[in-house]
Amino acid sequence: MAGNGAVKISVKNLKKNFGSLEVLKDISLEVTEGEVVVLIGPSGSGKSTLLRCLNQLEKVTSGQILVDGCDVTDKHTNINKVRENIGMVFQHFNLFNHLSVLNNMTLAPVHLKTLSKEEAKEKALQLLTRVGLADKAEAFPSQLSGGQKQRVAIARALEMNPDIMLFDEPTSALDPEMVGEVLAVMKELAKDGMTMVVVTHEIGFAREVADRVIFMEGGYIVEEGTPDEIFNHAKEPRTIDFLSKVL
Amino acid sequence: MVMIIQTYWEMLLKAMGQTLLLCLLSLVFASVIGMIFGLMNVGHNRALNFIGTVYVDAVRGVPLIVLAYFIFFGIPAAIQGLGFSDFRLTALQAGTIALSMNCGAYMAEIVRAGIQSVDRGQMEAGRSLGLSYGAGMALIVVPQAIRTMIPSIINQFIITLKDTSILSVIGFPELTNVGKTVMGNTFRPLQAWAIVGIMYLVVITILSKVSKRIERRVNRGR
Repeated sequence: MAGNGAVKISVKNLKKNFGSLEVLKDISLEVTEGEVVVLIGPSGSGKSTLLRCLNQLEKVTSGQILVDGCDVTDKHTNINKVRENIGMVFQHFNLFNHLSVLNNMTLAPVHLKTLSKEEAKEKALQLLTRVGLADKAEAFPSQLSGGQKQRVAIARALEMNPDIMLFDEPTSALDPEMVGEVLAVMKELAKDGMTMVVVTHEIGFAREVADRVIFMEGGYIVEEGTPDEIFNHAKEPRTIDFLSKVL
Repeated sequence: MVMIIQTYWEMLLKAMGQTLLLCLLSLVFASVIGMIFGLMNVGHNRALNFIGTVYVDAVRGVPLIVLAYFIFFGIPAAIQGLGFSDFRLTALQAGTIALSMNCGAYMAEIVRAGIQSVDRGQMEAGRSLGLSYGAGMALIVVPQAIRTMIPSIINQFIITLKDTSILSVIGFPELTNVGKTVMGNTFRPLQAWAIVGIMYLVVITILSKVSKRIERRVNRGR
């Protein structure tokens, strides 16, 4: 699913410091509509921080991020409104432990009045069916396996009807036998044309689903290209070195 | 002992009523104070953090008995000095203020610790869905924090119930104060204080049993 040209996310000269530590040094990046971009790289390379800057869970130190042409780094932007359009899936699922699966999903749209209670419930049940968990609507997060939790988390993000989905190492906290079920849901999404930015160590997923793979190290984008270009014909020695360890 | 109970039971029960009244009023105000200052302390606004910290440190750093004297004698004296010569605080008013402030400071710490015990990812997930900070707190973080806070809150309530006895020093007719009267009238300190002690014990035991039940109910379904 290659992008159709319209730019969804545009990052210009992004820098991010945590105290004196420079995590992102100079990142520029564009993601077009329907594109699936996978970020890979060693831990500490800034992949997750970059992802978290896109919806401003991390404030940037300098640079600009446009989402649908809207500058999210600008103080006057209503970031809550922008975030309604950007779903995020976390490594540790972050389901609301005090709420049932159904209420996890309907909480935000009902509170923000993007859907009525009935619409939200109906949509939630459809999405749960789509991720294969229709029978878990009334369950609590503590009663679910890791893979089920992550599928609910994806469904919860989709409930807001976002244009863009961010995935922050969605399978890293899962037992190996549960990775497949989560990746399958993500593949479905990609096939349906969702714009996705995915931080992952699942090289197989990147190979199969990504339109573009970005290799990051030390706060820089070292190399980017199609999965074939990166995984089979990498040019940068650091990319080759990294891939030799993970492939 | 039976004679004391026969003569003074009405007085003692009334005093227990006053103790519970003072305690209940203070707990209500303290919960509000604790929530407000606790939330101030977990936010990222430095001015609010500062106010919250100063309040908690100041109130925790002063003995309750001194705070009670200050409010009962000091504040009216100051206000009278400003020209309001009729201004008085009743022992119940001063006692409620002192105890609410004291308990409120400890509650603020319980609220802060409870909120900080909730994983940061919960708020992040809420924010990523487009919820404001306030909505995330109210709908996601605080409901989960309250569960972990309950044992500490119950503990604090019991301490506050016992601290009402300190307010006998400003003449509030609660149980300990009436205990002094009973002792003075009967010259039987052993029996008088045993009765008072048992009365506290019974009420606090009932309170903690009820609380345990509430705690269990809240934790169900977790």
